[in-house]
Amino acid sequence: MSTALAESAAGGLNPLRQTRPRHGEKVIRVILFAAAAVSILTTFGIVISVLIPSLEFFAEIPVTEFLFTTTWTPLFANPQYGVLPLIMGTLVITFIAVLIAIPLGLGSAIYLSEYAKPRARKVLKPTLEVLAGIPTVVFGFFALDFITEFVLKPIFPGIQVFNALSAGIVMGIMIIPTIASLSEDAMAAVPGGLRDGAYALGATKRQTALRVVVPAALSGIVAAFVLGISRAIGETMIVTVAAGLQPNMTLNPLEGMQTMTSYIAAAGAGDVATGSIEYKSIFAVGLLLFVITFFMNMISIRLVRKYRQAYQ
Amino acid sequence: MTATLDIAPDSAPVDLQGKGQPLVDKTFRWILFLCLAVGIIFLAVLLTYVTIKGWPRLTPTLWENMPSLRRPERAGAQSAITGTLWVIGFTALFALPVGFLGAVYMEEYANPASRFTRFVEINIQNLAAVPSIVYGILGLAIFARALALGQTVITAGLTLALLVLPVIIVSTREALRAVPQNIRHGSLALGATLWQTTWRQTMPAAVPGMATGTILALSRAIGEAAPLLLLGAVTFISFNPTGPFSAYTTLPIQIFNWTKESREEFQILASATIVLLLVILLAMNAVAILIRNRTQKRW
Repeated sequence: MSTALAESAAGGLNPLRQTRPRHGEKVIRVILFAAAAVSILTTFGIVISVLIPSLEFFAEIPVTEFLFTTTWTPLFANPQYGVLPLIMGTLVITFIAVLIAIPLGLGSAIYLSEYAKPRARKVLKPTLEVLAGIPTVVFGFFALDFITEFVLKPIFPGIQVFNALSAGIVMGIMIIPTIASLSEDAMAAVPGGLRDGAYALGATKRQTALRVVVPAALSGIVAAFVLGISRAIGETMIVTVAAGLQPNMTLNPLEGMQTMTSYIAAAGAGDVATGSIEYKSIFAVGLLLFVITFFMNMISIRLVRKYRQAYQ
Repeated sequence: MTATLDIAPDSAPVDLQGKGQPLVDKTFRWILFLCLAVGIIFLAVLLTYVTIKGWPRLTPTLWENMPSLRRPERAGAQSAITGTLWVIGFTALFALPVGFLGAVYMEEYANPASRFTRFVEINIQNLAAVPSIVYGILGLAIFARALALGQTVITAGLTLALLVLPVIIVSTREALRAVPQNIRHGSLALGATLWQTTWRQTMPAAVPGMATGTILALSRAIGEAAPLLLLGAVTFISFNPTGPFSAYTTLPIQIFNWTKESREEFQILASATIVLLLVILLAMNAVAILIRNRTQKRW
């Protein structure tokens, strides 16, 4: 919390410091430090556990073949490991989700931050956040059993039972609260003086919101988008339940497709012999997923720091 | 002129705001409201749909009977309920002490300007956004295989504990930060050591905030399915776990297993189990909100 506390604990030059040595305090400090270090060990553990089997995997399958070929058939007699269909599936579904979540999330955030009266806000915000607390397997069930069946089938009679569209739509709704609440935080951090200035120049509320508040909060809003996209890429249960488990190199959202996450889930849940190349492929895809989301998270963390520095 | 200057932005339409295009402005406001409404309506439809669909199976058989693949009309979710309790029990056992103590270190002991502290902070922020399936890979490689714990309750508990640790640390830190400095200074001035101050003054004052954050973190763990797919929970389990090294299944996994069955009875059963799971989660959230509202202290 404060350097002052830390220093007085360490003794420092404080004339009031204790004379009797307190060994217990030091032991406690070490224990607390160890607890904080668990988070670093976790990251270390994740890196080790995806990296080692991946290296073994890439010893057998060249990295270029993994990254740049378009057939993913680990179960065939002559298995091929080109990850592009899984990336394609991930991108198509994430794109649909983003198309829904960005406008709706940002719109909700502007409404909550600039328009809603405090009393309405007090009810609307927690209600929206309930969405974030619904288990994703429930969303998956809803996508398959309701959205595909009762919403999409009447519109697209040829749609497959497992399809990217229903998974993407539901995933989009799922990340609305993430985008809305982070964007709203960023807009709340915009000093009131900027709004007053805009009003003084004769701007309407809409003009103030769109041309002053949103641009001023832009780095935080972009951070929210990036984190939302990272969420969508890493989401597993919705796609496993609703988008099918067939690798499919297509842009047609009415067909089923497999994503990186649903491959990991399906292969990991099945009976895969430890040490087989198929077993190692789980980790190779996991490594790719971890690297992609890691970079997106870092961008998001950076952007949030930027707006915090600007206004605090 | 002077009269209009002290009007707050919220009441600005009176005089200060430009006339603009009233119709466009009104439409804009409605569009924003609709954006918010979509999410809330979706939530309402989802809750209504699963309740209506699952209603016929929301009977005591749901928690009294064991899962069955042959007789969906009599199958229940008892092993999944007890499995969830076992797994979450171990999650709490591992995650709470480590999370609380780690947060105390970051908030009360660590030097905020040091590079190491900033590194740990960024690391925790990143861990909070790592996909949950990646934690499953960690659990599979380290707990299940390397430490040879197998596909058991304890492996699941440890994995979910790591998954929710960032949430617990962040919320505990916020709770500690809300305790005014005067309390710490007063205690230190009386000669208490830093740990005595933290343990007897700061932490007790932060308990409500810590409890709220903890309940929310555990409710996230209860709903989590993806990492457990890799940790053996999908196997057909029709018995209650007997200990930390027992095989197990949990409610979200049981729901997942039923959604894969094509017969309509299983979809109804899945809906009923979803309602059960959501009731548990809503109850936990309600308790968290209650604690927050009841114990909000004015310093």
